Amino acid sequence: MFEAMTVLIRRDLLLALRRRSDVLTTLFFFVIVVSLFPLGIGPELDTLRLIAPGVFWVAALLASMLALEKLFAGDFEDGTLEQMLLAPEPVFVLVLGKVLAHWLITGLPLVLLSPLLGLQYDLPGETLRVMVLSLLLGTPALSLIGAIGAALTLGLRGGGVLISLLVLPLYIPVLIFGAGAVEANASGLGAAGHLYMLGAILLLALVAAPLATAAALRISAE
Amino acid sequence: MNWSEFWHMGGYALYVWASFGVTALLMIAEPLLVGGRCRNVRRRIARLRRLQQEENP
Amino acid sequence: MSSRLVNWFHFSSPATFYPLAGRLVPIFAVIAVILIAVGLYLSFFVAPTDYKQGEGYRIIFVHVPAAWMSMFIYLVMAFWAALGLIFNTRLSMMMAQALAPTGALFTFLALWTGAFWGKPMWGAWWVWDARLTSELILFFLYMGYIALQGAIDDTRRADRAGAILLLVGVVNIPIIYFSVKWWNTLHQGASVSLRGDVSMATTMLVTMLIMALGFWAYSIAVALKRVRCIILERERDAGWVGKLPEIRA
Repeated sequence: MFEAMTVLIRRDLLLALRRRSDVLTTLFFFVIVVSLFPLGIGPELDTLRLIAPGVFWVAALLASMLALEKLFAGDFEDGTLEQMLLAPEPVFVLVLGKVLAHWLITGLPLVLLSPLLGLQYDLPGETLRVMVLSLLLGTPALSLIGAIGAALTLGLRGGGVLISLLVLPLYIPVLIFGAGAVEANASGLGAAGHLYMLGAILLLALVAAPLATAAALRISAE
Repeated sequence: MNWSEFWHMGGYALYVWASFGVTALLMIAEPLLVGGRCRNVRRRIARLRRLQQEENP
Repeated sequence: MSSRLVNWFHFSSPATFYPLAGRLVPIFAVIAVILIAVGLYLSFFVAPTDYKQGEGYRIIFVHVPAAWMSMFIYLVMAFWAALGLIFNTRLSMMMAQALAPTGALFTFLALWTGAFWGKPMWGAWWVWDARLTSELILFFLYMGYIALQGAIDDTRRADRAGAILLLVGVVNIPIIYFSVKWWNTLHQGASVSLRGDVSMATTMLVTMLIMALGFWAYSIAVALKRVRCIILERERDAGWVGKLPEIRA
């Protein structure tokens, strides 16, 4: 069962490696959005330190949403998705594999790059560590929740905008606890509470979101 | 309490009447819009049926 | 017991539900008009002026019922969606779809009246209060559902995709509400409760309840009327539609 999942992940990673531009687009989107804010707000480091958690998290949210459209689209167009739905393995596991691969391609690079960008905002080392940790817990949850939206809007005209309308309200708890963790650390309060909440959301998403995604895929691919 | 005092709402006229006014407006408009939609649907279906009957009586 | 079960499924067919809904609409419309008229009379002529907030507090007589209905309608939609997914009944999906615009309307009204309450009471049109923020997010959820329904042409897919979205939304609402509340208390923003500082006299509570019941009857009447349109649109080729007097005329 998990063999199918690893095969699927390896295949998706290989495909992404062949078409590197997709990975880079999401990453650069994140970098550009984060770099735009100082230009719009002004270079005072005190202000930047204050807004950094929110800026990073909103940028991560938008970047992860931007990548969603392609999550199932390629497999849907060439018929692979139909085969996956017919496969003997539970769709839950296949969806989990797809989402995991998607996170490795679009989420993880962003997490790894974030401390470097955090230096632009003059964040201290401890806060950077918490930020990476919060993104590490939060971005997989974003991918999992977003997958539901991607599955529901599969093959619809104007799917990209529609996904944002469906998914962004559901992202709000992750945003609140993610940005809250960084902010709590920056202001001297402990970030542990926020991080536990993020972990709880991730676990819940890990169990519930693939179920909803699998059901949505069945409906959309019918 | 006389009427001008009533409309004045103790200085809160703008807030109270904007709230109740918009609520009333929307809650009157919605049934009218739904009624219009139903009428349109009925008319369209009736026309379709007539066309079908003319084609193969 | 079993005969009653059969009866319920009997009405889950659009052909039998259409005339039933037609008979129910005027009944609920009359109930709504009477209750709202009584509620308005109570809220302007019977409920006493609040000692702290003057006449401005009368806004709660529309604000609170609208907010209640906005949440209640979402729950009812999710209930119909679950029923539709379990029993595969088209009619429950149509009910969910028919309720959505009314739910969005009440959410908008709750936000609008909340703003007109906030300006004189808090000095700002919009305050990031946990309740108002959750209401705004609920509005986004309604918009997402309506947009998804509009984007899918195939009715069967639209029904079931919308149902999944509703169920995902209903699971998320408590999480969203809790996180917004957490966020609000951490930032120590204006967490002034909309109801807390109103000394709730019995007349006020009764007025709010009557208005809420009026809004409830209104929602049923409008949703039933709308579901009749949806049934006609979808079943236009069915034989029973052609036999309806309003189509023949």
